[in-house]
Amino acid sequence: MAASTTTQHIPVPHAATAAAPRHTLLVRVTHWLTVVAFLALLVTGLEIVVSHPRFYWGETGNSGTTPLFRIPIPASRDTVPTGYSYTMPDQNGWSRYLHFEAAWLLVITALVYGLASLLNGHFRKNLLPSPQQRNWLAFRDVLTKFLRRPPPGSADSRTYNAVQRVAYLSVIFILFPLVIFTGLALSDGFDSAFPFIVNSFGGRQSARTLHFIVTNLLVIFLVVHVAMIVLAGFWRRTRPMITGHIKSDLEGK
Amino acid sequence: MSRISRRKLITTGLATVAGVAGLAAADCMARRYGLIPPDGGGVFGPGETLTYATQRLLTRHSLAREFPRSMISAKPFGNEIAPSNEAFKRHQALGFADWKLSVDGMVAHPTSFSLADLRALPFRNQITQVACEEGWSYIAEWIGTPLHHVLDEVGVLPQARYVVYRSIEPDWWESIDMADALHPQTFLTMGMNNGDLPIRFGGPLRLRVPRQLGYKSVKFITSMTVTDSMKKFGKGLGSASPEAGYAWYAGI
Repeated sequence: MAASTTTQHIPVPHAATAAAPRHTLLVRVTHWLTVVAFLALLVTGLEIVVSHPRFYWGETGNSGTTPLFRIPIPASRDTVPTGYSYTMPDQNGWSRYLHFEAAWLLVITALVYGLASLLNGHFRKNLLPSPQQRNWLAFRDVLTKFLRRPPPGSADSRTYNAVQRVAYLSVIFILFPLVIFTGLALSDGFDSAFPFIVNSFGGRQSARTLHFIVTNLLVIFLVVHVAMIVLAGFWRRTRPMITGHIKSDLEGK
Repeated sequence: MSRISRRKLITTGLATVAGVAGLAAADCMARRYGLIPPDGGGVFGPGETLTYATQRLLTRHSLAREFPRSMISAKPFGNEIAPSNEAFKRHQALGFADWKLSVDGMVAHPTSFSLADLRALPFRNQITQVACEEGWSYIAEWIGTPLHHVLDEVGVLPQARYVVYRSIEPDWWESIDMADALHPQTFLTMGMNNGDLPIRFGGPLRLRVPRQLGYKSVKFITSMTVTDSMKKFGKGLGSASPEAGYAWYAGI
């Protein structure tokens, strides 16, 4: 009986024995789209700051008022008192075009990633600290392990530790929403439709200053994030974010 | 490595078809409802179109924030000095008594308005912020006649989509869509902070568009043209700004 022999030997599909990818396709694609968008926003944002490297608090501020702080660089406009006789070339036109286009890429990527991660449990399973990680000991362990610098085991590259989880969640749910909404608060059109956003930041110039400060925090995250990857082995960590798989999984077959 | 299963292939295929169809439908709708800006082509076109279309859907009737008198900036900042051309100097010598605003194009009665004619129309004031694309800003009281009163006088034809406006300074011109042109806060401004509009701030006549950045509020306005297409004006990108590399829509 041919039918019974096939039911007795249920072949285990080859794919099921292979290790699940370290990072899902969704995480990998949205990660690199965010990298592209963030770098474009960073470069163009810097170009826009150069046209007026002074920051204020409150609703208004201009070259005739006292700044909260200023960046000691020459400006791309000769109307800004910088103390330099040199005026930088004006790059605002294409910078503004690209800034907003990259912002759309970031927002659409964030929406896809955020919605999918809520639905498929990525936030809950991989980023929310697990029950055994919800205490200070877990954080202290990460720190002491880091300071003793043991060879990175394959065990901890399968999952995120407590510090990573809190860092990633803070970037996803605090810094990125803040940088997006402080940016939107600088749009006259957006403010006319949703005035409470800009008002809640304390005015247009406060929103601009906060936009700059949050950007700096995101840059600090980026520097530490890349430094950690280099310390843990650049390709060991970067390969799974591209192919999805850890090298040992592939060699095992 | 992983093999693509049939189910995955079908879902991916369907998602792609749905995505392409969705984009095509969105593009069709955007054209139908005039949601594509005149500079909506090229590398930055998708971003510009998304921004303009989204803001138009959300802000067609929304009002720019107005502020209490106590928030008027003690030190407003004017970027430009008086235009140096001879035509402006002649007007200045005459105290702008002969300053004219001509309105033509897709209108029933092309008209030339003197400043006195404009003052005879309903006069309003607003305390709004001017924000420059560079990042700085100030708040002032602006006094003038809402542009829609002037457009009512000349009788705008129903197919009109944009209003083009020009400065006495050569090559300084902009355009706005009808949503902004008919907006109650879009003023032909003649006064500022209880006085005449100073030349430094665009006097004798400046178009204030408070829901867009300062560069849309062109100074020393002398003429306007109502049109259904920006193709025939300049390089067809909507205004002098995109020709200089700056976006036509400056609501962001």
